[in-house]
Amino acid sequence: MEIAQNILLTIATAATPLLIAAMGELVVERSGVLNLGVEGMMVIGAVCGFAAAALTGSPWIGILAAIIAGALLSLLFAVLTLSLATNQVATGLSLTLLGIGLSGMIGEGFVGSPGVRLANIHIPGLADIPLVGRLLFGQDPIFYMSIALTAGVMWFLFRTRTGLTLRSVGDNHKSAHALGISVLGYRYAAVLFGGACAGLAGAHLSLVYTPQWVENMTAGRGWIALALVVFASWRPWRVLGGAYLFGAVTIGQLHAQALGFGIPSQLLSSLPYLATIVVLVIISGNRRLTVMNTPASLGQPFVPDR
Amino acid sequence: MNKLVLGLTTALALTLASGAQAADKYKACFMYVGSKTDGGWTQAQDVGRQMVDKELGDKVETVYVENVPEGPDAERALTRFARSGCGIIFATSFGFMDQTVAVAEKFPNVKFEHATGYKTAPNLTTYNSRFYEGRYIIGQIAGKMSKTGVAGYIASFPIPEVVMGINSFLLGARSVNPDFKLKVVWVNTWFDAGKEADAAKALIDQGVDIITQHTDSTGPMQVAEERGIHAFGQAFDQIKAGPHAQLSAITDTWGPYYVKEIKAAMDGTWKGGQQSWDGLKDGILTMAPYTNMPDDVKAMAEETEAKIKSGELHPFTGPINKQDGTVWLKDGEVSDDGTLLGMNFYVEGVDDTLPQ
Amino acid sequence: MRIELIKRPQHSVLFSALSPFIALLLTLVAGAIIFTALGKPPLAALYTYFVEPLTEVWQLHELAIKAAPLIMIAVGLSVCYRSNNWNIGAEGQFIMGGIAGSLIPILLPGFQNFLTLPLMLLFGFAGGAAMGAVPAFLKTRFNTNEILTSLMLVYVAQLFLDWLARGVFRDPAGNNFPGSIRFPPAARLGEIAPSQGSAHYGIVFAVVAAVLVWLMMRYTIKGFEIRVLGESPRAGRFAGFSSRKMVYFAFLLSGGLAGLAGICEVSGAIGQLRETISPGYGFTAIIVAFLGRLNPLGAVAAGFVLALTYLGGEGAQMALGISDKVARVFQGLLLFFVLGCDTLIRYQVRVVWRGKVKA
Repeated sequence: MEIAQNILLTIATAATPLLIAAMGELVVERSGVLNLGVEGMMVIGAVCGFAAAALTGSPWIGILAAIIAGALLSLLFAVLTLSLATNQVATGLSLTLLGIGLSGMIGEGFVGSPGVRLANIHIPGLADIPLVGRLLFGQDPIFYMSIALTAGVMWFLFRTRTGLTLRSVGDNHKSAHALGISVLGYRYAAVLFGGACAGLAGAHLSLVYTPQWVENMTAGRGWIALALVVFASWRPWRVLGGAYLFGAVTIGQLHAQALGFGIPSQLLSSLPYLATIVVLVIISGNRRLTVMNTPASLGQPFVPDR
Repeated sequence: MNKLVLGLTTALALTLASGAQAADKYKACFMYVGSKTDGGWTQAQDVGRQMVDKELGDKVETVYVENVPEGPDAERALTRFARSGCGIIFATSFGFMDQTVAVAEKFPNVKFEHATGYKTAPNLTTYNSRFYEGRYIIGQIAGKMSKTGVAGYIASFPIPEVVMGINSFLLGARSVNPDFKLKVVWVNTWFDAGKEADAAKALIDQGVDIITQHTDSTGPMQVAEERGIHAFGQAFDQIKAGPHAQLSAITDTWGPYYVKEIKAAMDGTWKGGQQSWDGLKDGILTMAPYTNMPDDVKAMAEETEAKIKSGELHPFTGPINKQDGTVWLKDGEVSDDGTLLGMNFYVEGVDDTLPQ
Repeated sequence: MRIELIKRPQHSVLFSALSPFIALLLTLVAGAIIFTALGKPPLAALYTYFVEPLTEVWQLHELAIKAAPLIMIAVGLSVCYRSNNWNIGAEGQFIMGGIAGSLIPILLPGFQNFLTLPLMLLFGFAGGAAMGAVPAFLKTRFNTNEILTSLMLVYVAQLFLDWLARGVFRDPAGNNFPGSIRFPPAARLGEIAPSQGSAHYGIVFAVVAAVLVWLMMRYTIKGFEIRVLGESPRAGRFAGFSSRKMVYFAFLLSGGLAGLAGICEVSGAIGQLRETISPGYGFTAIIVAFLGRLNPLGAVAAGFVLALTYLGGEGAQMALGISDKVARVFQGLLLFFVLGCDTLIRYQVRVVWRGKVKA
């Protein structure tokens, strides 16, 4: 039955970058900002993480560099959409174009250079427990970060005062402003956090998933992360569920192919997308829950009156 | 305002100057479907272009354009090349075929070369590499090296080239282990390191102990290294990604062909309407060093390579049955190139269904 | 340092006209800096990028080919976004339009007369609209968020097209390579001026669509309804407008136009159904729609600007060896400048160096 654990490990690796990037975007959207540039920030994180790790030999410095790079790119987005009140959708999409181009420029010298793998954690004894040992005690550090991140965001949004304020900023920025809350301050912080998360997700790709740098290595995962936030109706634990559902169907279809069922591979490859739609249709039947969770000011620029 | 005028004049002058410079040297132009640093197909093409720079640099200027989507964009890029004084233009992706045919018709004085296609014209020649020869060799190695007797094949898209590769690999493997089995996974992409790695993991979890791929990234090689099994490199020597895993690699070596064709174009001996399909003996593909294997397997691989080069061995020599058990090639019969280039059926033993 | 925005009582006419030029100036300066830093002659690079593609007739045709799908999709999207419906799956609708329109020449190759092309265009529109109807149905019936459904359906459409082009629609004489038969002349969208360049009538359709939709938005009750429901669904309901019907209208129109763009691309620029028919037009068109300020006529201008950046980037590669990635970065910067300068229309911008300025 070791195969079951192996499959679960593969699913966890596939789901982790989606989870991290989506969790960051969830906080951004909860503050009322829609940043469609996740793909661009993620790919910048991937290249900077790889480059820093390759130059220093330390994957941890790579992770740090990826987080900073993702946050810096998101700062550009923040200045434009928050300080200059530009359209968030168009700015986010342009950010993706910029990020992909910039990552290609940065990474030009790193194509084909040997990667540095972030080693798995291995707790002796515990990790050797059959069936669940490696799953619980023997994965890469970023996997544990993703779980901690999920718990942290849940706690922050729903158990802390600051989290409550952030949500109120996203729900009604006018009344939040009237209460003396710095709407833009909260939004800046949220956007930077989202950028940092996207950067970390990118680092997972270039330091753990496949320790190498190739152009466009995010291959659309930033878009999936965006969709997962909507899928989750802006609730952290549902993002976790969504990321693992998507990962499981993706890996499952590869196994189905290897078993040789003779189903067209295009149909199998489209299953993760179809499954996400179907599950969302089922859970969005409850109109009250969905409406309650959607940040009411999402995507609307806020300019404080003077 | 004066400055602006001055600036524009300078710009114009510079543009003209670059045009003049091109007239001195023969201009060879390359159109790529991917990025020239993609670590796979396009990078191999660009390495070929760089060889032209190195060998003919004093007489030839090379120009390239990368990331050109197949379709109207390709037609525009080709037109621009043809109008900008290119003497010979290499369109380096199969999907550029119809656009190359269309533009070649409009510019009869420009020479065109199209990779892996089948349509030619008086000023359009196609070129291709007999990758299947390499795949037969790695198939044999897999047949010897695999303990489970099952290999995993990560495939991109069901086109004849890929189907031919799968068949050749299995024929090679079965020539040393008649019970050899092959599991195929289609990832529907040429390039997604993560997805390719996932496919490798899925295959390994289902009991294969050798991985080969017809996709471009080193993702599967890294997984093989990590899981302690063997794999084969694609397009490039991927030994860095799998120092203990790589058994060999089929490396694309376009450079000598490009040098030969550009020389011919310059001295007037270039011929259009040709369908060039070179193989191991011409050096258009080469085998990376045979590593991580016992001496007898290595000796076998080298012997097969030599036999293919000398023409003594053709991988597609009968008796070969199709997947459904019907006879394809009778004993001693060798497949013609046309069937190979349009291949859309599996040989006996492939555990997969081809989309029809 | 902080940036403060002060809302203008009304949109500044001066800056409405001026902002694109300020953006262009900033782009030129930024471009000059980037190209100099890369050791390329800055003026020659800028010339190649922005001017050279406009100096020859055949290049203008190419510009029109590139702009046509962007404009046509963006026109539909601008209505959709105005009505507060978030269709980001135009890429999928484009593909389905291309497939639906191609059914006629592929399945009925003998049917070649004056009806062939109009029917194909009709099918294309219908195919795109049908694809757009899926998120609309799920939104109205199950309250499912349309951002997710429309985006996910893009991937499904891409894989479906791949399956068709490699399988059932494959040209029997095509050596088993993907792609349908080449369409017969009756199924090809004609070229406007074949002697001068290869632009097809797609650009004409796109501009006509832009004008018609602009007229609709401006002078009809429907346009009023779209704006009211988009700005305040509550007010719209009081006025007796159905937001349910509006969801369908927005998605059918934007999907239909995307589908029409798809079949124009297939029957005009490509000439067969291939395994990929779009280098991401459906996504780029979202930028075009917003760059055009969600105004159909603005989309026309924005579509040409974006098309020019693609042609310019390609020219810079060929003439000066400026890499594709630099062109992409430059394109991103240009978009940022344009978006940022639009702020000047609605706001006064003031940079506050320290402390808080009390009003």
